[in-house]
Amino acid sequence: MTTTTAHPTATATAARAVDLSKVYGDGETRVVALDAVSVEFRAGEFTAIMGPSGSGKSTLMHCMAGLDTVSSGSARIGDTELSALKDKQLTKLRRDKIGFVFQAFNLLPTLTAAENITLPMDIAGRKADKQWLDRVVDTVGLSERLSHRPSQLSGGQQQRVAVARALASRPEIIFADEPTGNLDSRSGAEILGFLRNSVKELGQTVVMVTHDPVAASYADRVVFLADGRIVDELHGPTADTVLERMKRFDAKGRTS
Amino acid sequence: MFRTALRNVLAHKARLMMTVLAVMLGVSFVSGTLVFTDTIGSALRKASARSYSDVAVAVTYGDVDHPLPQRLVDEIGRLPGAESTTATVSGFTAIADKEGRLVGDGWSTRGGNYTGTGRYPMLEGRAPHGSSEVALDSRTAERTGYTVGDTLRMSIDGPVMRQKVTGVFSTDDGNVAAGGSLVLFETATAQKLFGKPGSYEEIDVKAAPGTAQATLKAGIEKLLPRYAKDASATTGQNLADEEARRIASDLSSFNTALLSFAGIALFVGIFIIANTFTMLVAQRTKELALLRAVGASRRQVTRSVLVEALVVGVVAGATGFLLGIGIAAVMRAVLASAGALLPDGALAVQPGTAGAALAVGVGVTVLAAWLPARRAAKIPPVAAMSSVHAPATVKGLLLRNTLGALLSAAGAVLVVAGSGMKDNGNMVLGGGAGLLLIGVFVLTPLLSRPVVAAAAPLLRPFGVTGNLARQNSVRNPRRTAATASALMIGLTLITALTVVAISVKTTVDELAAAHLKADYQITMATGQNLSPEVAEKVAGADGVSDSSAVRDAHTELDGEDEWVTGVDAPQIGRLLALDFSHGSLAAVHGESMVVDSDTAERRGWHAGQSLPVRYDDGTKGRLTIGGVFEGGDLINGVIMDNATVTPHTPKAGDMRILVKTAGGASEAHQDSLVKALGENPVIKIQDKAAISRELSSTIDLMLNILYGLLAMAVLVAVLGVINTLAMSVFERKHEIGMLRAIGLDRAAVKRMIRLESLVISFFGAVLGLGLGVFLAWAVGGLIRPDLPSYAMVLPWDRIGVFLAIAALVGVLAALWPARRAARLNVLEAIKAE
Ligand SMILES: Nc1ncnc2c1ncn2[C@@H]1O[C@H](COP(=O)(O)OP(=O)(O)OP(=O)(O)O)[C@@H](O)[C@H]1O
Ligand SMILES: [Mg+2]
Repeated sequence: MTTTTAHPTATATAARAVDLSKVYGDGETRVVALDAVSVEFRAGEFTAIMGPSGSGKSTLMHCMAGLDTVSSGSARIGDTELSALKDKQLTKLRRDKIGFVFQAFNLLPTLTAAENITLPMDIAGRKADKQWLDRVVDTVGLSERLSHRPSQLSGGQQQRVAVARALASRPEIIFADEPTGNLDSRSGAEILGFLRNSVKELGQTVVMVTHDPVAASYADRVVFLADGRIVDELHGPTADTVLERMKRFDAKGRTS
Repeated sequence: MFRTALRNVLAHKARLMMTVLAVMLGVSFVSGTLVFTDTIGSALRKASARSYSDVAVAVTYGDVDHPLPQRLVDEIGRLPGAESTTATVSGFTAIADKEGRLVGDGWSTRGGNYTGTGRYPMLEGRAPHGSSEVALDSRTAERTGYTVGDTLRMSIDGPVMRQKVTGVFSTDDGNVAAGGSLVLFETATAQKLFGKPGSYEEIDVKAAPGTAQATLKAGIEKLLPRYAKDASATTGQNLADEEARRIASDLSSFNTALLSFAGIALFVGIFIIANTFTMLVAQRTKELALLRAVGASRRQVTRSVLVEALVVGVVAGATGFLLGIGIAAVMRAVLASAGALLPDGALAVQPGTAGAALAVGVGVTVLAAWLPARRAAKIPPVAAMSSVHAPATVKGLLLRNTLGALLSAAGAVLVVAGSGMKDNGNMVLGGGAGLLLIGVFVLTPLLSRPVVAAAAPLLRPFGVTGNLARQNSVRNPRRTAATASALMIGLTLITALTVVAISVKTTVDELAAAHLKADYQITMATGQNLSPEVAEKVAGADGVSDSSAVRDAHTELDGEDEWVTGVDAPQIGRLLALDFSHGSLAAVHGESMVVDSDTAERRGWHAGQSLPVRYDDGTKGRLTIGGVFEGGDLINGVIMDNATVTPHTPKAGDMRILVKTAGGASEAHQDSLVKALGENPVIKIQDKAAISRELSSTIDLMLNILYGLLAMAVLVAVLGVINTLAMSVFERKHEIGMLRAIGLDRAAVKRMIRLESLVISFFGAVLGLGLGVFLAWAVGGLIRPDLPSYAMVLPWDRIGVFLAIAALVGVLAALWPARRAARLNVLEAIKAE
């Protein structure tokens, strides 16, 4: 069930959840957002997470990325158990080992594209690796736009800056929550292409939440969530196979 | 709609608190200043007011040498229209409390003649008789604890007198009501003490029923030439009118000063309220748009905001008004405990003040809410609901900058022009300063970028947080500017006044130090003249090597009245060091005198000239100008030999006595002087240090009053910064969430907000300091004619303190917003809405 690539670290685990549960509220307002989820994200792999609205996709991602606490179970980035970390250590972990691409509010409007890209490294007080940076910027095709501010860039370009930022610090894993949710299909395709390239060519690990079967088809593997549980998995997806699986759940969901 | 508005007010407690607090502070600042002004004003008015209800005609003497004789009193009493007469004589009389300290404030301690119970009902004891008895007013008796039978130490022109208290009386004398004191002697004693044996200063005549004031006055006027040269009679009505006019003019400059404070208070108050509401409505844009989207009309949206403003305005206006009264009370207490000469009296809370407080509270709040509310109502619902925050329009700023540049330029030109003008310079300068302030205020958004950019090197050590803070602080130039302006205006005033005051102080200090060789200066605590015996006693005191009375004598010199300063010629060279352009102090000798250059220029005299003189006793002679010196605060005008002038001037008074002691000032010398002068409470013996302390104490007191008032402005500024930051944090919560997600820790988020706050505060401070120094420089031009050696001194220590205060404002204001920002839930912040 593994999708091996030519990359040497391909078999290592970049992140892993074991019996991960997340419960919001209690009593009548109790919501089980994640119900004992166990999942593994391999290094050098592009994983898409899909599922109906409210199924817990974002919650899973937030818990894995150290943005939210878990109710029980374990979430690990590499060998680091997240629940054992304090806020300061979590912040440092996010800064050094994780890259983020959100649906919106990715960039600081006061900084130029270049400054936005190097922001995590600036925060850490690290020097950016110039060669790597150039390569990332080239890959996302932003060389001409580095001195522009976000307000001078289109939505698609802004997302590309966000992807470049996530890649620039060479994190162990990149989490992207509906990165193409606000974009038209062409800009969306560009972003997805970059994410896939970064996996194929740069050996990056990417986990992406999406609602779009076409977007999911860029991934190596698709994990399906429903009601806070992993219900299915698909390797080497195409838009059609993904759509077909989704239909199956919908039917199941309605009959059960 | 009203209910929606009300619910809105209550729904956002923190926001509400901020608004109410801002309005409240604004209002209390205004009403506190007004109450303080009114209180002092009414107390002063009361102090100088007299009841003229019983006076139909008052006769006053016109010439010191021709007081009103007893026979005139008797004659007037016999006139058919006169029912009764009260003749009075009075003068300054210092009394010591049981610890030997001077009672009252010097200027309001008086003595007079006991004229019977009609005017001074005796509450205890009996009227004073003979030369060693007095009656004391009941308020002073109560305050000092003196009762009938006690011995009172007092002094009129220097020597200590010990008088027995025989009675305690009550009086409606305004001076006493204001906190002064009054002692009464038997008439003959009072006449002797106050220099008019057998005669009076004033005769108050009560008219018989049915006699008109004018008729009585005409009758009296016929008598006057026979008894008293130059005496005049005035009707009671005229006196009352005159009195009212005099009081009004006495108080007018004081009122102008305090009113300009009230004006500043009003300005700052209006400003902070308007600012707060603009932000508040901006914050609510989405909420309002939602209301529009679900079907509320524009008018309803506007009205809901207005109703909200009304509720806030009324509540905050009322509480602010009460707080203002408290502030006025505290301000007065603080000043009084600092030794300020403030008259007593109840706090004067006038209806006008309450009106102003409410007008500011409600009016300004509603007005401030109206503009943004209209703007909010105009925004199409959809646009307002998107997450984009509209940046300031370039067009608006262009117009604003042009206007600001014009105003500032005009203001600066007027300030410079006013600084060089001889007459009315202060008016022109003041007007220019006002224009300049408004101009710079309008320009602040434009100025924010370069000034903040200049601060970049200071922020560099903070790395990315410093960079972000800098960028954020210029993101909304209008808001930053509005926030910084409150601090700017306060600091401009503080700086200008401080620089001027310190410069004057330094200059005067230096003059005194350079020109005074004496170790001690002896004066009356009250500013009056010392009696001649004091100089004799000083000369004979242990350890005194040289001493000279500095005497004030009237002469007619070269055909015009001239008050000359008499000094003891043999000693003066060892007591003073003056800068002479011709001659030296040795030229003060016999018929030779020296004059200061200003007087010489004014009268057209030159060194070597011989001038005719006529002394007060009528003797004529000639005096030669033996030298010309540079006059100063210490001594100026004509200086001549006491040995020459005193014999011809029976009423010469000693302004001060300069003393040099063997081996310089010391504790022992001071003690021996105090003893030699009979441990007199009104005689002040000061060494050089005490003299400069005294010079500075008035200036310091003035500065302290200003600092107290301006502390309010600073408080308001803090609130403004808090508001702006809270708003920024609210607007940028997504960004902050994103920063936290990609690795900015809580401490760094806090640091970022704090730095932003510091940048804004320093921006205001730098503008304020710059403007303040400029204005102080300009004011220097107005001072120089009076104080030629005036040079501007920049008090770096105080400027440092002001910057520290600005930093403190920044840090304090950032406390809460920074905490809020650091506590933001990362997930909430980055979740799309
Ligand atoms: N802060 C919260 N408090 C209470 N319940 C929450 C909270 N956040 C999420 N939930 C609940 O947890 C469940 C999972 O939410 P989550 O945001 O992970 O869904 P999702 O799969 O990302 O949905 P979508 O596709 O709409 O983004 C939902 O039922 C949601 O209502
Ligand atoms: Mg989601």
